[in-house]
Amino acid sequence: MKEKIAIKVDDLTVAYNFKPVLWDIDLSVPEGVLMAIVGPNGAGKSTLIKAMLDIIKPIAGSVEIFGKPYKKQYKEVAYVPQKGSVDWDFPTTALDVVMMGTYGSLGWIKRPGRKQKKEALEALEKVGMLEFRSRQISQLSGGQQQRIFLARALVQQASIYIMDEPFQGVDATTEKAIINILKELRKEGKTVVVVHHDLQTVPEYFDWVTFLNVKKIATGSVKDIFNDDNLTKTYGINYKVSVLQ
Amino acid sequence: MSVQEYFSLVFTDYTLRTITLGTAILGIVCGMLGSFAVLRKQSLLGDAISHAALPGIVIAFLITGAKNSNTLLVGALISGLIGTFWIKGIITKTHLKSDTALGLILSLFFGFGMLLLTFVQKMPNAQQAGLDKYLFGQAATLVESDVWLMGGVMLIALVVLVVFWKEFKLQHFDADYTKSLGFNTRFLDVVMTALIVLSIVIGLQTVGVVLMSAMLLAPAAAARQWTNNLAVMIFLAAVFGALSGIFGTAISATSNNLSTGPVIVLIAAFFVVVSFIFSPGRGLLFKQIRQWKNRNDLQLHKTLHFMYEIAKTHQDISHPHAVKILNNFQGYTKNSLKSLADREYITVDGPMWSLTPKGYEKAINLYNQQDNLLND
Repeated sequence: MKEKIAIKVDDLTVAYNFKPVLWDIDLSVPEGVLMAIVGPNGAGKSTLIKAMLDIIKPIAGSVEIFGKPYKKQYKEVAYVPQKGSVDWDFPTTALDVVMMGTYGSLGWIKRPGRKQKKEALEALEKVGMLEFRSRQISQLSGGQQQRIFLARALVQQASIYIMDEPFQGVDATTEKAIINILKELRKEGKTVVVVHHDLQTVPEYFDWVTFLNVKKIATGSVKDIFNDDNLTKTYGINYKVSVLQ
Repeated sequence: MSVQEYFSLVFTDYTLRTITLGTAILGIVCGMLGSFAVLRKQSLLGDAISHAALPGIVIAFLITGAKNSNTLLVGALISGLIGTFWIKGIITKTHLKSDTALGLILSLFFGFGMLLLTFVQKMPNAQQAGLDKYLFGQAATLVESDVWLMGGVMLIALVVLVVFWKEFKLQHFDADYTKSLGFNTRFLDVVMTALIVLSIVIGLQTVGVVLMSAMLLAPAAAARQWTNNLAVMIFLAAVFGALSGIFGTAISATSNNLSTGPVIVLIAAFFVVVSFIFSPGRGLLFKQIRQWKNRNDLQLHKTLHFMYEIAKTHQDISHPHAVKILNNFQGYTKNSLKSLADREYITVDGPMWSLTPKGYEKAINLYNQQDNLLND
């Protein structure tokens, strides 16, 4: 089942001002997995996914999406940035933000029409935000903003979903809602990559995991590699998985 | 001349018409493009660009010896663009933060420009060049060809904004996401920056290097207060910009010693102040009023809740209780009892009060609302 490679990262090295943030990363993400990227602060988790998305240019190495460079495959990939990366006081509504998910398939200049609006409304319904569609986005709670971002990615109907800390600062209800949607995506055969912070929930939520701390520590199925050895190598302190599970 | 006379003359008098049209168009262009600068938190970029334009003006004069504005503005455009690219270069290639880069380029170019300016003014026969008018602008020197130029820039800006509307909106909200969708954000960035540089350059003659950034920011900041819709915001900013231009020109034309540029900027600032205080959603006044009202409501709700706690121990919720027993609770005053009675939550009969069914209902819902808030 897990033969086809969705994302292939080769010898990837990224540096900010000569300081390496990612060092020689090799990584293959099989199609259809729900993968967590875990690692301490400053481990380069966000940088790794931004490099996958061609937002950051690496100083060496390459990324392939289903065997081709990102530029040719951007319609296959949906990105959910960190909630804090945008200004939520921007003058626009929830529906409008979700509509932005259709812009990629529309391409340059063409405007969204009735079809795009319908898709956006469906995505809003899926994340349980339909009644907030005409809300100004600054008047949404943190969890609601995160759902809007998720809805925007769902509209893209991509094969790969890449998310930067979608559970950060959301309440338990929203976390449940989001993880249910991610599991549904996996059921549909989509590949989901999530930068994740809460080690406790890794075995429950994910089936695939990558340990990252500037270098790749390990990658594989949660069953096989989510153990104290890798946690200790990644975080540098003694972890006991038995406590976590 | 009074302001009324001005407005009766503006359609017939050639000079007045030219200047008014020029400042109004300038206001529209700056309002539209300034909205994007404000939303992108690049308010200072305009300031840096306008200051960076000064050496270009003087160098253009030194090379060509021309005094006509179009030649000098080409010089301004070139040095403004060079300043902008240096700023972007510094931000991407060094550790320096954008505010440092902006300040550095602003003072470097402006200092160099001032140096050249004093040099030129000491040259024999250069005195009458009047280059120093570009510091604070001089609307009276506008001629018809300048207005045509401004009109051309306005048209270009309008067409570009309409054509790339979706892309600009997306990029200004979430640049990384825009990239991930396959859009060329560098192209969008260059187009928007070029438009902003153009709008600054056409304003230098009227408003001047020093105050130009206010023309970009003030109408946009004022407009943001009144709406949560980007298109409406840009339209309002254009209107505020145009009105600033028209009224600024009117006021300065009617009193001899006021120069136009600063008056226009002050009118724009007036719009900002009024908007920040009186706009309904975000204005300070209404925010304060809402806060007072909330505080009052909260106080009443506390009292009502206390009454509910007492009343619910009785079979008949409207069973009368003595006002005295509320004394243990600090939240009540005669006024608050009266407010509650006015809202028909309670009835007061001499020293006794009793909860109405409506008040009981309301008190229960207070709880539910709280639950709803927590569930959000």
